[in-house]
Amino acid sequence: MPSAIRPLHLAVALDGPARFDAGHYAALAALAERGALDFVTLGDPLTRPGPDALSVLAHVAPLTRRIGLVPTVAVTHAEPYAVSAAVATLDWVSQGRAGWTVGTSASGAEARLFGRGPAPAGTVWREAGEIIDTVTRLWDGPAADAGPANAVPGTERPVGAGTGRHSGRPEPYGQPGPPGRPAVFRPPQRRPPVVVDLGGAGEPGRRVAARHADVVLIRAGTPEEAEQRRRVLLTEAAALGRDPAALRVLLSLSVDLGEGEPCPQPGLAPSRQRRVRAAHFSGGPVELAELIARWHRDGVVDGFHLAPLLPHRDLERIVNGTVALLQHRSLFRAFHPGGTLREHLGLTRSAGFRTAAAPAPAAAGRAR
Amino acid sequence: MSAPRLRLAARVPGPDGAPAEDGAAAPGPPPPPVPSFSSFSPFSSFSSCERLARTAERGLFDFLLLTGDRAHRDGPATGPGAGCRPEPLTVLGALAAVTDRLGLAAGVDPLHDEPYAPARRLASLDHLSGGRAACHLETAPDNAGHGVRVAEFLRTARELWDSWSPCGQQRSVVHRGRHFTVEGEFTVPRSPQGHPVVIQEDGRTEGRDLAARTADVLVVRQHSARAARGVAADITARLAAHGRAPGDLRVMPEVTVVLGDTAAEARERAGELDRLRVPPGHALRALGRIWGRDLSGYDPDGPLPGLDPDPGPPGPGRAPADERLRTAARWRALAADGGLSIRRTVARATAPPPLAGTPQDVAGRMDTLVREGVADGFVLVPHPAAGGLDDFVDRVVPLLQERGVFRTAYEGPTLRSHLGLAAPVWKG
Repeated sequence: MPSAIRPLHLAVALDGPARFDAGHYAALAALAERGALDFVTLGDPLTRPGPDALSVLAHVAPLTRRIGLVPTVAVTHAEPYAVSAAVATLDWVSQGRAGWTVGTSASGAEARLFGRGPAPAGTVWREAGEIIDTVTRLWDGPAADAGPANAVPGTERPVGAGTGRHSGRPEPYGQPGPPGRPAVFRPPQRRPPVVVDLGGAGEPGRRVAARHADVVLIRAGTPEEAEQRRRVLLTEAAALGRDPAALRVLLSLSVDLGEGEPCPQPGLAPSRQRRVRAAHFSGGPVELAELIARWHRDGVVDGFHLAPLLPHRDLERIVNGTVALLQHRSLFRAFHPGGTLREHLGLTRSAGFRTAAAPAPAAAGRAR
Repeated sequence: MSAPRLRLAARVPGPDGAPAEDGAAAPGPPPPPVPSFSSFSPFSSFSSCERLARTAERGLFDFLLLTGDRAHRDGPATGPGAGCRPEPLTVLGALAAVTDRLGLAAGVDPLHDEPYAPARRLASLDHLSGGRAACHLETAPDNAGHGVRVAEFLRTARELWDSWSPCGQQRSVVHRGRHFTVEGEFTVPRSPQGHPVVIQEDGRTEGRDLAARTADVLVVRQHSARAARGVAADITARLAAHGRAPGDLRVMPEVTVVLGDTAAEARERAGELDRLRVPPGHALRALGRIWGRDLSGYDPDGPLPGLDPDPGPPGPGRAPADERLRTAARWRALAADGGLSIRRTVARATAPPPLAGTPQDVAGRMDTLVREGVADGFVLVPHPAAGGLDDFVDRVVPLLQERGVFRTAYEGPTLRSHLGLAAPVWKG
């Protein structure tokens, strides 16, 4: 049975009521690290109060040693160069523990912050795919012998000019940089894992996940549903020429371990998903461990991304209750054997990597 | 004892500035290799960056300044350390966790970025660091168009920072300007400093005027004490014209301090520093860019070429001809003045002369410049060949403290309190 040899991966979301004190997030991440979890995530909402997620996790980096740090990085209204620099730097300050959740936004409210208009979800996801592609190309760099003439398409200028973005964004201002490839700060992991959250993403999101993601977060209400989603995703990845074993599919599960305690701020469960039944767990840490063990035993997912309703309350119960029990049953590791997030996820460096010699799509119509 | 008046900052040396590791190996396990990155850089690992920050904090510095790649886009496009720097706001987010009081200044690029995201990240950093964030506008606005954009960038950022009242009331921002349109809500409540400190680089006339109008700190490059006095007088006049007091803008010359046990030793190290800063190939390439010709056949330690610069057609990434001709004339004058070789001309033309001497000399000269009102403090660009930052902190800071011009402890928790700047008035 494949599940018997497939290690369980666990991640936890630090989202919750907005907090701006650094100590809050550092304490939660340290707790998750004690549980030997793969990584923590932090969302980056632009429409409700909250700090910049990547900055928060950069702050957490020197205060932790092993835990993977995965902020949501908004790409819809960002330039690929800026995204690549920020994620690579997070990877650098954490010594290879960064990943990034690709943050897309089709909302008009977010677009207006950048002087743009809303776009259909399909367009937003297509652009997200292009940005992931450009960012990884920046990190991969051109072949060693490549000069300016062979510069990576889409990266001739440090600003992501002319990528045909949807909303008539003004051309970047100012002088172009020197010709040739821009200086690119490369991450220690070479490619920090790309996380795609399919909650509410639909088919365009799935296509991007199948092509680019290292970790995919799915929603499902039943094991059958989860298994089916995973199968579709892996089939699609295989059809794109990827090794399906290079994808980690985690079930996103909102978790309320309050056990009937009155919830001070209801409605915080991150169920942005409306069309698909999202799994929500409410109960005690032991029952949660049993649920995880059961689903994992059936081999329907590679692991879980737990989104506690109130992290400062629930995370301790997850780590000291649920995870401790899974460890006791030898279903989950008790320490991090490796140092980098790719190692935690069992993603070898070669898997799915484009070689420098691979043909790149033509940069048609780019102004030089 | 008079009230402490001198401020100190450190700028993390750039790729054009300082190759070489700062002393002993950093503690802790060896970091994963960063193949594309020069092992000579202070960015060879985060722990070496952290060491620099801790040293600056040990020296009770006001802030550490970290600029990004783009400030160096006109620097060498190839060679060790070309570009390739980590992204400042992310590094400073991490440094905030390992320091308590040190101000953290991040380069932002108003000519290429839009204001919403940097403003949000700066406000986040100000929260995470307990009020120690600053932004350094990376482009000295040299022409009218740039100046307008930089000013609007800053105005927009401040509108966003002001969109939360000090007591937590939020309102929408509507900014429709020539360069930026921002409509909506800012996700970060008013940060501990109100606004992160704004640092500007001294540019030509318009940039300086913008700084006199709105900035908190102006970093200048002084090539001589006489020039510095002129700049100081000019800034005071501009501040007055904008209705600001002299203390509203801290003027801090950027300087590399070279220490020696004797004046002669310091001079020798200063010469060594020039040679390290400008490798032979770099000197010829830098000269070639100005001259518009391939000068690789010339002796870098010989005199400047007799050839005149080639005005030629403007190439990609090449400055306009008239600007290059002016630069060439300036470099010729510099070389003739001091009888300098190509290498030393490039060294002198691209950076102010180092402040070289014994610790007593250096402390005395710094004290004098501050007492004369020429400077409010200094931005040090440490170099290992010049003793690094540790040497300065160990040997010069105590002398400045003895003279009563520098603090013996941080007075307050925020960067504004270090710099003696008033909190910005909330514009509701």
